[in-house]
Amino acid sequence: MPVYSEKVMEHFTNPRNVGEIEDADGVGEEGNPVCGDMMTFYIKVKDNRLEDVKFKTFGCGAAIAVSSMVSEMAKGRTLEEALEITPQSVADQLEGLPKNKFHCSNLGAQALHKAIQDYRDKQKKGGNDNGR
Amino acid sequence: MEKVYLDNTAATPLLPEVREAMMPYLGDVFGNPQSLHDWGDGAREALEGAREQVVGLIGARADELIFTGSGTESNNLAVKGLALAAQNRGKHVVVSAVEHFSVLHSARTLAKWGFEVSEVPVDKYGMVDPDDVRRSLRDDTVLVSIMHANGEVGTIQPLNDIAAITVERKIHLHTDAVATVGNMPIKVTDLGVDALSLAANQFYGPKGVGALWVRKGVRIMPLLDGGIQEGGRRAGTENVPAIVGMGKAAQLAVRDMADRSRRLMALRDRLLKELPAGVAHVVVTGHPRNRLPGHASFGVEFIEGEAMLMLLNSKGIAVSSGSACTSRALKASHVLIAMGLSHETAQGSILFTLGIDNTDQDIDYVVEMMPPIVDRLRQMSPLYSRFMKGKGGN
Repeated sequence: MPVYSEKVMEHFTNPRNVGEIEDADGVGEEGNPVCGDMMTFYIKVKDNRLEDVKFKTFGCGAAIAVSSMVSEMAKGRTLEEALEITPQSVADQLEGLPKNKFHCSNLGAQALHKAIQDYRDKQKKGGNDNGR
Repeated sequence: MEKVYLDNTAATPLLPEVREAMMPYLGDVFGNPQSLHDWGDGAREALEGAREQVVGLIGARADELIFTGSGTESNNLAVKGLALAAQNRGKHVVVSAVEHFSVLHSARTLAKWGFEVSEVPVDKYGMVDPDDVRRSLRDDTVLVSIMHANGEVGTIQPLNDIAAITVERKIHLHTDAVATVGNMPIKVTDLGVDALSLAANQFYGPKGVGALWVRKGVRIMPLLDGGIQEGGRRAGTENVPAIVGMGKAAQLAVRDMADRSRRLMALRDRLLKELPAGVAHVVVTGHPRNRLPGHASFGVEFIEGEAMLMLLNSKGIAVSSGSACTSRALKASHVLIAMGLSHETAQGSILFTLGIDNTDQDIDYVVEMMPPIVDRLRQMSPLYSRFMKGKGGN
């Protein structure tokens, strides 16, 4: 088995927040199958907070655990707080990632940030149509 | 929990008879085969007895066999040693794109040393076209190295046809037969090759011992200097216990090969048939028929191999994968990419390599465990949801 921490194994075995959000307020994707891993994050925003976060991930055990951890770290946070999630803080929460997996599989934070950017772009373009 | 080991290409279990044969050489018979006293004699007799047993497996002469520390060392010695010994005749070497790294990287090293290297491509089954080998030959070609069978996709190369070309052109042909020796009947004289690599841990012998057969009269430059062992072609005190184990394993392979391969082929064919029948979007990688007896390999679409491997391991099933994530370099298998597989499909590589301990019950278990594991990962996969949506839209 790859040298994964217990935390990584736990999130890989029981990933949180897997799925898609049909009417997502923002979608962000990072990675591609050539490098090995690909993650798509879906967010639902209410009052500047991440009301819901879901993901789909194509990739190794680490990539799945990273996605699950990011979704857990982000859910319920303000957008500003979520933007402070970094690959390093994700790896720390997972009690470490193997060195060679740190860059390739640790794309969850970036994918989440892209989803937030997507949400903000839509806000600018379409005005505030999420005025709930 | 069930325990099903299906990674025999990585290592085969050590047969109890092999272990028994090795034990005296891990005990009282510890002498150095080069010593000129009774202790040395005991070790030397064991060494030469093992040599006879190993050449018996490949139909060769005892003085043509060099014991090494692994299949990798054998390939290094063959590619570098044969090329260096012939460099006054030319500095061009031909390999296939799907060789083991111990051949490919040795060729790359030769390139650093001033050789030119041509890589012949393979078709979608991972098979070399002998005509491509013919076309790659030049007046200064001194060595062709094409593997006998590929350990990742199981494909057996048309070595006889390639040998017909190299014999006609009087160019040395080496074959990495690590995957085949002990698992398929091989006679070096029938194959038409000049050098052949083998390793004991592919046929139920110990790790850390391999051999290179070099046809009598073919010159080879040693990689290790400093001793007269192995006819001066591989210096270093011989690993007597492991070599004895290799000899015993070779002897048993001669005795049992027909039975073994009949059983392995039946189990392999079940996997090749039943897995794609039980899971949608699974392709067999490698040649459908011309493949190693116990070798079943697949590309599972939309998911990644390491994740599959980990979930199978949690069910007690050991497999391997050629996905980027399972390699330390994080690169998809060069074999699968050379065969023209997309990176997506190569990422879903999974490889079941059967051994003599496997049973029909093992196959039942794997065929039962695979669909829910694949389904679980596909439910997580953005590639799969995209595919399903695309399908629904049409």
